[in-house]
Amino acid sequence: MSARAVALLVLVAALLIAPVAAPPFWVTLLNYIGLYSIVSLGLVLLTGVAGQTSFGQAAFVGLGAYTTAYLSLNYPAISPWLNLFIGVALTSVVALFLGFITLRMKGHYLPLATIAWGISLFYTFGNLEILGGHTGLAGIPSLSFFGIELRNERHFYYLIWTIAMASLWATRNLLDSRPGRAVRALKGGLEMAEAFGVDAGRLKIVIFVYAALLACISGWLYAHLQRFVNPTPFGINQGIEYLFMAVVGGAGSVWGAVVGATLITLLKQLLQDYLPVLLGRDGNFEVVVFGILMILLLQRTRDGVWPWLARLFPQQRPRPIAKSTPLPRRSRGVAGRLLVVEGARKQFGGLVAVNNLSFALSRGEILGLIGPNGAGKSTMFNLISGALPLSAGTIEFEGRSTAGRQPFEIARLGICRTFQHVKLIPTMSVLDNVALGAYLRGSSGVARAALRLDRREEAMTLAEAAAQIERVGLREHLHSALGSLALGKQRIVEIARALAGDPCLLLLDEPAAGLRYLEKQELAALLRSLRNEGMTILLVEHDMDFVMGLTDRLVVMDFGQMLAQGLPGEIQKNPVVLEAYLGGV
Amino acid sequence: MTFSIAALLAQDGVTNGAIYALLALALVLVFTVTRVIFIPSGEFVTYGTLTLAALQLGKPPGTVGLLAGLALVAGAMECYAAARRRDWWRLPRRLALYLILPLLIAFGVYAAAPLSLPLPLQIVLTLIIVTALGPLLYRVAYQPLAEASVLVLLIVSVAAHFAMLGLGLWFFGAEGSRTPPFTDATFHVGDITVSGQSILVLLSSLILIGALYLFFGRTLYGKALRATALNRVGARLVGISPSLAGSLTFMLAALLGAFSGVLIGPITTVYYDSGFLISLKGFVGAIIGGLSSYPLAAAGSLLVGLLESFSSFWASAFKEVIVFTLIIPVLLWRSLTTHHHEEEE
Repeated sequence: MSARAVALLVLVAALLIAPVAAPPFWVTLLNYIGLYSIVSLGLVLLTGVAGQTSFGQAAFVGLGAYTTAYLSLNYPAISPWLNLFIGVALTSVVALFLGFITLRMKGHYLPLATIAWGISLFYTFGNLEILGGHTGLAGIPSLSFFGIELRNERHFYYLIWTIAMASLWATRNLLDSRPGRAVRALKGGLEMAEAFGVDAGRLKIVIFVYAALLACISGWLYAHLQRFVNPTPFGINQGIEYLFMAVVGGAGSVWGAVVGATLITLLKQLLQDYLPVLLGRDGNFEVVVFGILMILLLQRTRDGVWPWLARLFPQQRPRPIAKSTPLPRRSRGVAGRLLVVEGARKQFGGLVAVNNLSFALSRGEILGLIGPNGAGKSTMFNLISGALPLSAGTIEFEGRSTAGRQPFEIARLGICRTFQHVKLIPTMSVLDNVALGAYLRGSSGVARAALRLDRREEAMTLAEAAAQIERVGLREHLHSALGSLALGKQRIVEIARALAGDPCLLLLDEPAAGLRYLEKQELAALLRSLRNEGMTILLVEHDMDFVMGLTDRLVVMDFGQMLAQGLPGEIQKNPVVLEAYLGGV
Repeated sequence: MTFSIAALLAQDGVTNGAIYALLALALVLVFTVTRVIFIPSGEFVTYGTLTLAALQLGKPPGTVGLLAGLALVAGAMECYAAARRRDWWRLPRRLALYLILPLLIAFGVYAAAPLSLPLPLQIVLTLIIVTALGPLLYRVAYQPLAEASVLVLLIVSVAAHFAMLGLGLWFFGAEGSRTPPFTDATFHVGDITVSGQSILVLLSSLILIGALYLFFGRTLYGKALRATALNRVGARLVGISPSLAGSLTFMLAALLGAFSGVLIGPITTVYYDSGFLISLKGFVGAIIGGLSSYPLAAAGSLLVGLLESFSSFWASAFKEVIVFTLIIPVLLWRSLTTHHHEEEE
């Protein structure tokens, strides 16, 4: 048994016996830690991993608590368990709305909208007569579980921690899955994720709702544990405190949520108990000391406490890749034109980067797009991949126009790309980075992933990713953290990732830059064998030897315009091209 | 509602809106230059009002002690940093800025407090001491983390807000204070009475905004800050020190906060914990302006002020709800008119 498994077993055993062994005061504290952990878990996913900050989690807790409080008091016939579902439904609607208006935009709108939402809800709770105003609602019934009434804190303890551990398990599963890889790419790799078919706006909304639902469940538990609710614990200050817990604990890992909730809860309790004794006077000093301690802590360890604790455990060894049935492949047509660019134009203010460019790609050919620096090659490339919208002209892929489609929609048509400036997630392994390329070939969503119903598909995806990594010759780096690879190797990882998407058209943006001579030859051999399998490739490249030996045809650009097109041999002798490259002789 | 009541409410709204506009300006400035979401800005407001109130009573304000304490910590940090880098020749200059100067200010204000100086001088003292807190806060809390993520900086902001809030209670007590009006003059325009106080608030806000405009447009330091806001790495490469830009920004933000505090003192009773909500309203104004355009942020703040004063007339219990819910339709409108989301940091 691994050391991690032992640590986990010890933790579970300690959690099981704690309420029997510990005095009631500690059981109360542990109950709160459990409730806070559930909320912070949502923030680990939303804020720590996906980079979206929310101050409104306390308000979602309040929504869950007040829903069940109001319903239990006014409609006692309804089971509190049913109220949970009503609360969940209500929370989903609110979270969907808030997510819809903030998360599809660039910038820091979510934190601001959630501040506003948190404050509004707090004052609404406090001013509505039917919710008891600032005094709140008392006399909420306790829960019963299969006929057993959960009468005291010890009973509740088991329910709270079962739910907390289940949430932790589900969130951890989620991070280690198809949607999880996409979520991990949201922070810093948005453009790349979209190029592989991730609908980033939608995914952000989904995880925002997920985090809100965890908060709502915590609120439901809180209402029935306390049997009393008032607005105070659902205000903006508490919302900020949840963020505190996640960040101080270590917002990059699910365990950070539990560590943070424990640390902050205990620290506040200690400060409240002992500070007045130490200073010999009452006052609000605990909040001062608390603030200063937090600043000091973050200055010492800015990723939170968990990464520091995690070093005490031995590294988890990566799971071996199991043999698996292959993922279904796309059917590729055999002949005819695949991509037709007609009169493409792109203007940035007064600068025309691409001017009236027309060319076509036939199935199964390698077309090189070359030209001096600043010729507009990369702009043309981004027009095809949808990263930039066309100013004028048309681009048709398999007879369908790509105009007005988002990058993730274009990826769905069967176009995969690499980036001129490598866009990979440095903290993920090579395997996970490449598996992200196969995003569109799977279908498991957040719910399936969280419940571990996606394992068959996941095994197929990882096997495919491993196969592509082997194909490009990086087998020994399968489990390495991506950041440890040299830049040239990272470019090859980009190609493996694009191949994992099983594209009809492969767009390569300067794939040979930074490669050594032998590596270039291997790359050329790989691209040739891909062409022989029927793949169509569009290549932007500077390295003339590489391009001349590999491509079937060339398109030469200069100052945004077509200079020439033809076979490599013809282009080499074309006087106009020679002049553009070497200057007038 | 009669016309004269409406006029009165509008006047209130515009006056408060002008103050929110100053805070919105501070928030936009700090965020663009340092990536810090400046949650403690509210504390600079309350410190401003309550310091002036303490001076009115002839008592040395608690901010004197805070300034001296922060100066000692910052001085110690500078010595430690110099010892670690074995780089001693810059130390005297830094100690002069971070230790000696603040200590002199603290001592000066302490000595001047019982003299019951005239109001304008007390205002100047208040502005000096609260403004001096800004760079020290940056040096002590933020500078060691300048390269951290926006999220970590935000959490540091929250922690600083907590600490300053608790200290505010200790320094100034739980009772609120109001400072005397700058002027009792009133003017009559037809049926409407306009208080000299409102005009003064508006005028001084406009003058301050104008001065900042000149600072950013005409001076080297102002241009350096703008360069840092546009491109942090680039600014660094041409020799603009990030710690200088940070300290300078925090100084301006502290000045704007203290100024707002002095302006708001005669209008409403300020408690040690009033700052958070006041600065959040500045925030709402800034968001309405899209967090990028200063004139739009000012217009948004005016709107917040007006909305607040009219809703306190019609539904005073739901005043805050109405003001903060205003954000939602604005965001909805922006999200329906913006189609592309681009790469984030």
